[in-house]
Amino acid sequence: MSKSNLHDNRISPLWAIVSAPAIWAMHFLASYMTAAVFCAKFADSDGSAGEVQLAVMIYTVIALLLIVAIAVIGFRHHHHGRQFTSHDDSGRDAQRRMIGFSTFLLALLSAVATVFTALVLVFVGTCH
Amino acid sequence: MTADATTTESRDPDAKRLFDAWRTPTGWRYWSAVNNSEVGLWYVVASFTFFLFGGILALLMRIQLAVPENDFLTADQYHQVFTMHGSVMMFLFAVPILEAISILLLPEMLGARDLPFPRLSAYGFWCFLIGGVFVCGSIFFGVAPEGGWFMYPPMTTEYQTGVGVDIWLLGLSFIEVASIAAAVELIVGVLKCRPPGMRLNLIPLYAWYILVVAVMILFAFPPLIAGDLLMELERSLDWPFFDASRGGDPMLWQHLFWIFGHPEVYIVFLPSVALLAMIVPTFARTAMVGYGWIVLAAVGTGFLSFGLWVHHMFTTGLPAISIGIFSAASQAVAIPTGIQLFCFIATLLVGRVTKSVCLLFTLGGLATFIIGGLTGVMVAVAPFDYQAHDTYFIVGHLHYVLIGGTIFPIVAGVYYYYPAVTGKQLSERLGRSAFWLMLIGFNISFFPMHFSGLLGMPRRVYTYQAELHVGTLNLISTIGAFVLAAGFLVFLWDVLRPKSRQPLAPRNVWNAGTLEWLAEVPDKPWGVRSIPIVETRYPLWEQERFVDDVDEGRFYLPGADEGKRETLVTSVVDAEPIQCLRVPGPTFLTHLAAVFTGGVFILSTFHWYVAAAISGVLAVATILVWLWTGTAWIPEKHEKDVGRGVTLPIYVSGSRAVGWWAMFITMLGDMTAFISLVFGYFFYWTIQEDFPPQGSNGPGWIYPTAALLTITLVWLAVMAARTWNRQDRGPMFYGAIAFGVTLSLAGVWALLMGPSSHAMDPTSHVYPAIVWVLVLWTALHVVVGIVMQLYCAARRMAGKMTARYDADIVNVTLYWHFIALTSLITWLVVAAFPMVAR
Ligand code: HEM
Ligand SMILES: [Cu+2]
Repeated sequence: MSKSNLHDNRISPLWAIVSAPAIWAMHFLASYMTAAVFCAKFADSDGSAGEVQLAVMIYTVIALLLIVAIAVIGFRHHHHGRQFTSHDDSGRDAQRRMIGFSTFLLALLSAVATVFTALVLVFVGTCH
Repeated sequence: MTADATTTESRDPDAKRLFDAWRTPTGWRYWSAVNNSEVGLWYVVASFTFFLFGGILALLMRIQLAVPENDFLTADQYHQVFTMHGSVMMFLFAVPILEAISILLLPEMLGARDLPFPRLSAYGFWCFLIGGVFVCGSIFFGVAPEGGWFMYPPMTTEYQTGVGVDIWLLGLSFIEVASIAAAVELIVGVLKCRPPGMRLNLIPLYAWYILVVAVMILFAFPPLIAGDLLMELERSLDWPFFDASRGGDPMLWQHLFWIFGHPEVYIVFLPSVALLAMIVPTFARTAMVGYGWIVLAAVGTGFLSFGLWVHHMFTTGLPAISIGIFSAASQAVAIPTGIQLFCFIATLLVGRVTKSVCLLFTLGGLATFIIGGLTGVMVAVAPFDYQAHDTYFIVGHLHYVLIGGTIFPIVAGVYYYYPAVTGKQLSERLGRSAFWLMLIGFNISFFPMHFSGLLGMPRRVYTYQAELHVGTLNLISTIGAFVLAAGFLVFLWDVLRPKSRQPLAPRNVWNAGTLEWLAEVPDKPWGVRSIPIVETRYPLWEQERFVDDVDEGRFYLPGADEGKRETLVTSVVDAEPIQCLRVPGPTFLTHLAAVFTGGVFILSTFHWYVAAAISGVLAVATILVWLWTGTAWIPEKHEKDVGRGVTLPIYVSGSRAVGWWAMFITMLGDMTAFISLVFGYFFYWTIQEDFPPQGSNGPGWIYPTAALLTITLVWLAVMAARTWNRQDRGPMFYGAIAFGVTLSLAGVWALLMGPSSHAMDPTSHVYPAIVWVLVLWTALHVVVGIVMQLYCAARRMAGKMTARYDADIVNVTLYWHFIALTSLITWLVVAAFPMVAR
């Protein structure tokens, strides 16, 4: 298997770990700001927020696609090499597996949190 | 700990030299020490003292509330007492104690001799002490703040005219700066000062948690500092940020406060979990189960906790959608929290548990925290919160979380680490009584509060009517509080009782597996005799002959050939040795710097601005002397043999150097504060019909654009200076600096001309006020940038910076990258945005 980015010192595995939660954070902020600005500046008097719902759906699709991609990458790193369960040896491979594993788990968590945010928008469609 | 040179040192000249290099100063010079073991210890003691102070305030409140319509305290006194209690506990105890413990123990866990910037830790400590004493002292003069620990305006801007609020704002900002300094130190410590071989998958869990927490501090505290700045400007100069009649809005404070405040709960909780993550494996006699899962939990909690701020504002009439979004994040954060609790429980189940007081406190803490978490999930459900908001239900909930999540684990940590720090063990018998008193007292005190809350007793009231039928519940709470206090007294006695006749504890008493237990008994000032190569997570358990090899100096840096304090710097990911770092020794400069910095904040409280300005100049001067004499030393040789056939450079610059990382991390925090101010601008824009208000003269676009252009040129000049210095083209270098300094001055002038030439009066409306703040913020940073450029020029002239040894200008360039970005954003906001918004 070729040397991957996670292996490379320039693109630090630390970034890999935080990438999925960072996408959650951006999704979260984007949803919040869209809702806040829309409700303050553009909402009708009845306060319906259909446009916000649409926008957040789009954000959610993008965010989830990215997060799934990260999860897949993380999972591949985890299953790299022969002893695919060990995270605690010295050496680069164990480090890679462990980072891949945590990246994968964080991607799952971020996906759940992103879906939570999106669900709110499905159920609450009003500014009031 | 000062141990005299024993026979080993006299036989082994290497050990002797090492000992001398790290020797702790004696006599009154003891206080000039900067080594992590001294500073860390003082820090712990000081934070605990503030904790006791906060605890006494709590008891005063409980006495007052014991019976209906009591008059032990007046309403005024009670307000001061609960405000101080909350503020002291959160700002002077909970956050500092975690930094204290980390400064004390983190280097030991990493097998490092010290943290990379010992003087920065010392400076942070003295700032903390001065600020803390100042804030606490106010209550003895009856001028303490009364706004509650979250200081909501308009109460604190319009109705409280005394100095109390200023003391809170300025005193605590001062301490927050110290907290950020510690965070920088700890982040760089974890990333760059690990022992060779300790890759990311072998880091002790404590270090993972501290890394996450320090990053959280870096992003959570700056918004609060920005808020403090705005409120202080309103109070002292009448700039109307929170005054609704002039376009301001108190809600902005609530946002800024809670962007800090919710992560704060996790900032105080995670380090305590980190302690448990060290304790549990030791007493379970097995490695921690689910290392990768715990890293997930730490990082995940760190992120998600920022998505919760609005849940403290459910009752303020925000749009339903916004509330929903935050409610969702509140539920999501329960997942990682739950996962780490499962890992702890699993470890205890698979291991062979040995009983001890540490374990009792661990279990007590976990159980208490879980109860608090459950009531927390209840209040995170918005409809329930409408009922419970601002009642004693909340007081009950928050103490379950805080005491279960922080106090019990910290006490466990004290029992656990006491032998490593002092060489003596605490008493298991006293510990058990302390534990049961605390656990029982705590529950008697706080469980009834849930009921008194549901019965309608509001929080922050100095008394209540008998008709409310909460008298009995309150009496029970008060009795419980005293039982709890008795538990603390037992604990305190155990810690302080004289132990000179007690035998020394054996080395590694608990038979733990991690590096901090390499500490010898009695401890040596050097930390570790040689810096080991780490291949497993529990080297003391799993690596053969490990302790002997360390002790006999078979690893790195077993001596100090030049008599200098040295430690290893390794690469961020693979922990390969890249530098032999020389760290500075004892000094009093840090104290002076702290006193003068404190002067700026403390004198401003009383509106003695001239004195404050003088103090500020002295602070800057002292810090410059400190940097000049204590950083970026040119070594007598390029490289050094650190043992085992490895030769490392002594001086590095750029992204491999610790100083570069410190600058980078500090500037991230600085940017966060700036972005918080920008958030303020757009917040006003969302809440107001027309913003910038029709007819107000903006700063225009000419001056701001001129400022942006000049500052961009300075940025280019600084980069050129860095290159020319590296090529050793002196005249070109000085020319670039001269050009840069001149243009910087022009940039500052242009920045200020924008609003002033348009007669923008910051007291008239919030729009000119926020524009002024952004412009002044940028201008101030450019002025600091001028000082930095001049400093670099002087360093080169003095021969302290050369083409090869160029860390100063490299770090200053990094600073200017951030200034360029700041100016660009300022321009976009104050000049470009009004054009498109109209
Ligand atoms: C040692 C035993 C403690 C007792 C008996 C106690 C008691 C109390 C009481 C009665 C209040 C309510 C004041 C009111 O609303 O009128 C309170 C508030 C508070 N406590 Fe404690 N407390 C203790 C420990 C702690 C600890 C360890 C922390 C944090 C680490 C803490 C943080 C707070 C905070 C943040 C508030 C809210 C203050 C405010 O409303 O502004 N307390 N405490
Ligand atoms: Cu919260």
